[in-house]
Amino acid sequence: MKKINITELASVVRSKNSGPYELTFDIIFKDRAAFEQARRSGVFTKELIAGLYNIDIDKVIGVVEFEAANAIKATIVRPVVSGALGETDVYGAQQNAPLLSIEVPVSSDFVKYLDS
Amino acid sequence: MEEMRILSPTAILGYGFPLESFTEGLSQKPHVIAVDAGSTDPGPYYLGAGKSFTNRAAVKRDLELILEAAVERKIPVLIGTAGGSGGEPHLKRDYDLIVEIAREKGLHFTMAVIHAEVDKEQVREALRRGEVTPLYPAPPLKEEDLDTTFRVVGQMGFEPLIAALEEGAQVILAGRAYDPSVFAAPAIRAGFEPGLAIHLGKILECGAIASSPGSGSDCLLGRVGPGYFEVEPLNPIRRCTVTSVSAHTLYEKSNPLALPGPGGLLELKEAKFEQVTENRVRVTGSKFIPTDKYYIKLEGVKMAGYRTVSIAGCRDPIMVKKIDEVITTVRERVQDNFKESGYQYFLDFKLYGRNGVMGRLEPELNVIPHELGIIIEAVGETQDIADTICSFARSTMLHSGYSGRMATAGNLAFPYSPSDFKGGAVYQFSVYHLIEVNNPYSLFPMKLINL
Repeated sequence: MKKINITELASVVRSKNSGPYELTFDIIFKDRAAFEQARRSGVFTKELIAGLYNIDIDKVIGVVEFEAANAIKATIVRPVVSGALGETDVYGAQQNAPLLSIEVPVSSDFVKYLDS
Repeated sequence: MEEMRILSPTAILGYGFPLESFTEGLSQKPHVIAVDAGSTDPGPYYLGAGKSFTNRAAVKRDLELILEAAVERKIPVLIGTAGGSGGEPHLKRDYDLIVEIAREKGLHFTMAVIHAEVDKEQVREALRRGEVTPLYPAPPLKEEDLDTTFRVVGQMGFEPLIAALEEGAQVILAGRAYDPSVFAAPAIRAGFEPGLAIHLGKILECGAIASSPGSGSDCLLGRVGPGYFEVEPLNPIRRCTVTSVSAHTLYEKSNPLALPGPGGLLELKEAKFEQVTENRVRVTGSKFIPTDKYYIKLEGVKMAGYRTVSIAGCRDPIMVKKIDEVITTVRERVQDNFKESGYQYFLDFKLYGRNGVMGRLEPELNVIPHELGIIIEAVGETQDIADTICSFARSTMLHSGYSGRMATAGNLAFPYSPSDFKGGAVYQFSVYHLIEVNNPYSLFPMKLINL
């Protein structure tokens, strides 16, 4: 099965605080077809997020699909509470980089759809 | 009422908006103008210090335009989370601004001021009764946390705002409020479904961020009717699309299907987004499920000390490779030099070019950059201690030896003289908990003032 990089499937890959104790990641796919490939791939799991950020799986609060926005969202426990001593990113807006390396296996039909 | 129109001028009062968009919004004859004025996002400092992250002159500019337009047309104005954090000093900043504008412009109206700062002893009593629960992943609240807590606010729901409207207030200035409340309150009072009204508030509270291209400095118009709400931008360069509006629903939230708030849960499992015109989106199916007991979210901060930082750069490739060794040496020298002093301090080195942005979450651990930005940070019990530790760490780092050193004239490039900056008081979140209340009004006293 062909794997393609998340940057080809998604239009938004961002991170932000969800309150001072959580960081939340939004991946918004380019269209329904791309979202369906992503959700069916089985790639988007708590294990994926824990691996990308090198954190324990119990620090991954959830990975949720939001069909209405063609989006998949993950939320983790902030390693430092927003603004506490040792903070590096008060708004949490620059924690998205590891997500950009996600590779998603897609169907051959979808590859044709991309090429068309 | 068949349909209520709610104008949101800007994402945060003071972020500004184009006059053309606002005028277009007024031409649609809005029944309400509502604006969110704050957030916890800028961190704990502003709540602790009693200062606002929004600039007074910029807030006055927005308020003048809103008040003049609204008072003349008798449109109610609701402002939530006054002054950025919604505590007493924040509320007073915006209260004084409104009084100043009313005098300068000769405006007369009834204003309701709703307070949201909570006495920490009241929280302590509730904690002892078992009525305070942590909002995961915040840890359970301990009484010691309250001893050092500086200021606590509660996030009000729509009910106190409805009460102010019932009293005939034309302008409502509210302390800390759940962001959608100021938009939802008039719609719920008019009989529209709370789920739709709160979801609409969630979209409107960020101004035109929910449009494409998004902007926090532009207006958005909401309409709520039987079984639906709609949103549209007022600037012809923007469109509300199914994607822009639904994507905004999940912005800054842990779970877009279930959004907890004061008094209940906004459930969006059945929510449908539909493009009705080129730039307008209709939403249906949003539900509000009240909780059995009424909970209010508390936010509180405590002092963490005083900060001093020194900013420097390093371009020597040998030093860049040995940076861990240098930092260890500096830490040891600082500790040794002041071991008799009894100073309590936090000393940190932020290395831009190496894990400076992601810190503990950084997966790229073995990169050697060609230069490093270095921030030496000291936080102490007093500003003097922070100054002392930062200054000593800076001078030690400048001249510290390390294995293989060739650049013996100095290790750091300072872009500024003076090289050290006093950061002043530092706060940290200490309370982020739910408190059970008897009614939605109990933490939020209201006063009516005729201007």
